[in-house]
Amino acid sequence: MAFEKDFNLDATELRLGLPGTSEESEKQASTTLRISNKRAMPDMNEDSSVAADKKCDQETAPPTKAQVVGWPPIRSYRKNSLQTKKTEAETCGMYVKVSMDGAPYLRKIDLKMYKGYPELLKALEDMFKFKVGKYSEREGYNGSEFVPTYEDKDGDLMLVGDVPWEMFTNSCKRLRIMKGSEARGLGCVV
Amino acid sequence: MFWGSRKTIDMNYFPDEVLEHVFDFITSHKDRNSVSLVCKSWYKIEKYSRQRVFLGNCYSISPERLIARFPGLKSLILKGKPHFADFNLVPDDWGGFLYPWIKAMAKSRIGLEELRLKRMVVSDESLELLSESFPNFKSLVLVSCEGFTTDGLAAIAANCRFLRELDLQENEVEDHRGYWLSCFPGSCTSLVSLNFACLKGEINLASLERLVARSPNLKSLRLNRAVPFDTLQRLLIRAPQLVDLGTGSYIHDPSSEAYNKLKAAIQNCNSIRSLSGFLEVAPCCMPAIYPICENLTFLNLSYAAGLQSNELTRLIHHCRKLQRLWILDCIGDKGLGVVASTCKELQELRVFPSDPFDAGNAAVTEEGLVLVSEGCPKLNSLLYFCQQMTNAALITVAKNCTNFIRFRLCILDPIKPDPVTNQPLDEGFGAIVRSCKGLKRLSLSGLLTDQVFYYIGMYAKKLEMLSIAFAGNSDKGMLYVLNGCKKLRKLEIRDCPFGDTALLEDMGKYETMRSLWMSTCEVTLGACKVLAKKMPSLNVEIINESEQTEFNLDDRQKVDKMYLYRTLVGHRKDAPEFVWLL
Repeated sequence: MAFEKDFNLDATELRLGLPGTSEESEKQASTTLRISNKRAMPDMNEDSSVAADKKCDQETAPPTKAQVVGWPPIRSYRKNSLQTKKTEAETCGMYVKVSMDGAPYLRKIDLKMYKGYPELLKALEDMFKFKVGKYSEREGYNGSEFVPTYEDKDGDLMLVGDVPWEMFTNSCKRLRIMKGSEARGLGCVV
Repeated sequence: MFWGSRKTIDMNYFPDEVLEHVFDFITSHKDRNSVSLVCKSWYKIEKYSRQRVFLGNCYSISPERLIARFPGLKSLILKGKPHFADFNLVPDDWGGFLYPWIKAMAKSRIGLEELRLKRMVVSDESLELLSESFPNFKSLVLVSCEGFTTDGLAAIAANCRFLRELDLQENEVEDHRGYWLSCFPGSCTSLVSLNFACLKGEINLASLERLVARSPNLKSLRLNRAVPFDTLQRLLIRAPQLVDLGTGSYIHDPSSEAYNKLKAAIQNCNSIRSLSGFLEVAPCCMPAIYPICENLTFLNLSYAAGLQSNELTRLIHHCRKLQRLWILDCIGDKGLGVVASTCKELQELRVFPSDPFDAGNAAVTEEGLVLVSEGCPKLNSLLYFCQQMTNAALITVAKNCTNFIRFRLCILDPIKPDPVTNQPLDEGFGAIVRSCKGLKRLSLSGLLTDQVFYYIGMYAKKLEMLSIAFAGNSDKGMLYVLNGCKKLRKLEIRDCPFGDTALLEDMGKYETMRSLWMSTCEVTLGACKVLAKKMPSLNVEIINESEQTEFNLDDRQKVDKMYLYRTLVGHRKDAPEFVWLL
């Protein structure tokens, strides 16, 4: 098509360096952001242009999470909501102590790292080198002398797995892996 | 009366009251404007009987002139900042202040009853003055506004004795925590609509329950995140007549008593047609709302970040009557396939990004859009944030859905070409404008050349609003649009190589439009000055965020941001230092 020759991609070339944009990001990786160049005074060095400094679309932006001001076009309110949720998820962390009966010292894990009970239990199993039994609502954990329990907001000792995951992460204060005879009262059937 | 004896009917023989009664049936703003132009007597009658006024740009006229023209004003819609202000392209303090309007209307004893604002700066002072000045005030709707705190809301609650509607949509509100809701007096029983979903702070839950209990006409209730599950359950028991519900926090134990109570309460709410919220959500609690899904016409899950694709699709399976769906892109292409096969009545679809800054992870592509276009022939309004788009897909969509009125596509990587052919998306968008003859609003993205504008100018004859970013090669692009789109009202352009030639070619065109925004383009200060001088009916404003003052600048210097709009009242008096009025 004839208009292909008219491409002046340089004028609008934009290096965002976003992951998954393969060719583009590699092509753009070594070029400077032309857009900010336009803003420079005719006789000013582009590096000292004040206007360009104020924008996020800098040529020296890191390869990931480089941002163009006002892009994508979503309302600040929505962007801030998503960022809050992400920040809450990423930075707060939900560290709780984990103790195992008979172990010399405790560990700490971040509950936010796990999406659900299977992942959490697997992580605990790996950390303390044990195996939990099979969970059933009626009988608790069947087939192992180890039972995962937790202390909730009210200070009660609860069996891990009974309530929905979100509720669990919101109320769990610490974890305790009970072992042997003490575990029997909570519904562990060996 | 006079029919038999006259060949022509002399309208002046109709008493004013008759004409006024006739005009009452004319509700569209455009039509009423036309009516006022017929003759002096019609102008006068229309002027005194006009109650509803829409001002798309608050700077196009002054409050005093508005009041002089329409002394019977009861209902006002005002829009302030340019649309791109939503995306942080307009600095704070640019303008759009509500206070002068309230002050003028209060002074002239306007009987204001309804106020709807978009992108305005609303101070607590203005809310307080409003609450004290208009005894019949009934409805306040604030969309994407800022500048107020919950203290302002407290004044509204306390003083507007006949308040029916308080609707806050996506505003930035400084939350002083909770007590504003308690300011509704015990005598206030008139509420029909209450939406405080955008507030971030705590709420006095007991006050909320009492308020809902004494509001028998309450039809629309949208809660914020601070309202927990059990309160929701109690509210639903009090208000089974709700038509529109927005939940706050929606997390509980599905085996609990509270959950069962909520299930029962919801089943009783068989008038609910619109559902939103789920600002915090436990997916396992969603089944409680399945019973009302079959009647839903509007579903907004665009803030429900806690729901994954499979939960979303499970829910959507129940929503056969859906007409409008707002959702996050984590629904995925497959999920959109479920929408396509279930929601045959769908007219409007908005897919928002759940991770706006990580383009590589956007979960929807052109496939999802094609599926929806195949399954939902009534689709007429689209906002679609996606990872990629192809010409082939757009051409297919254009063939399947010819009814688009609004088509807004946002590819998260702004200059991405068709990933299959590596071509620009000119042909795809060209197909859309060619096929959708009623298209009024269009937003473009992806790699685009002047060619797409050629198509838009040629085919988009009904287009009223166009948003362009990182597109085009030369002034020709912008000229195609200005020359071809006869109905164009709002044009907003960022980061495009359009310059002085395009800007100055047809200056009269801007008098037919509401506004033009150009930022990071090739337009120079000199050209803006020329335009401002030649067209006194336009305000040409430059937003200059660097430290240079006007005197040091060369006319050859490119302007960072230019916003021009037609006006009847010349330069505005409230412009801050960084806005130059040419």
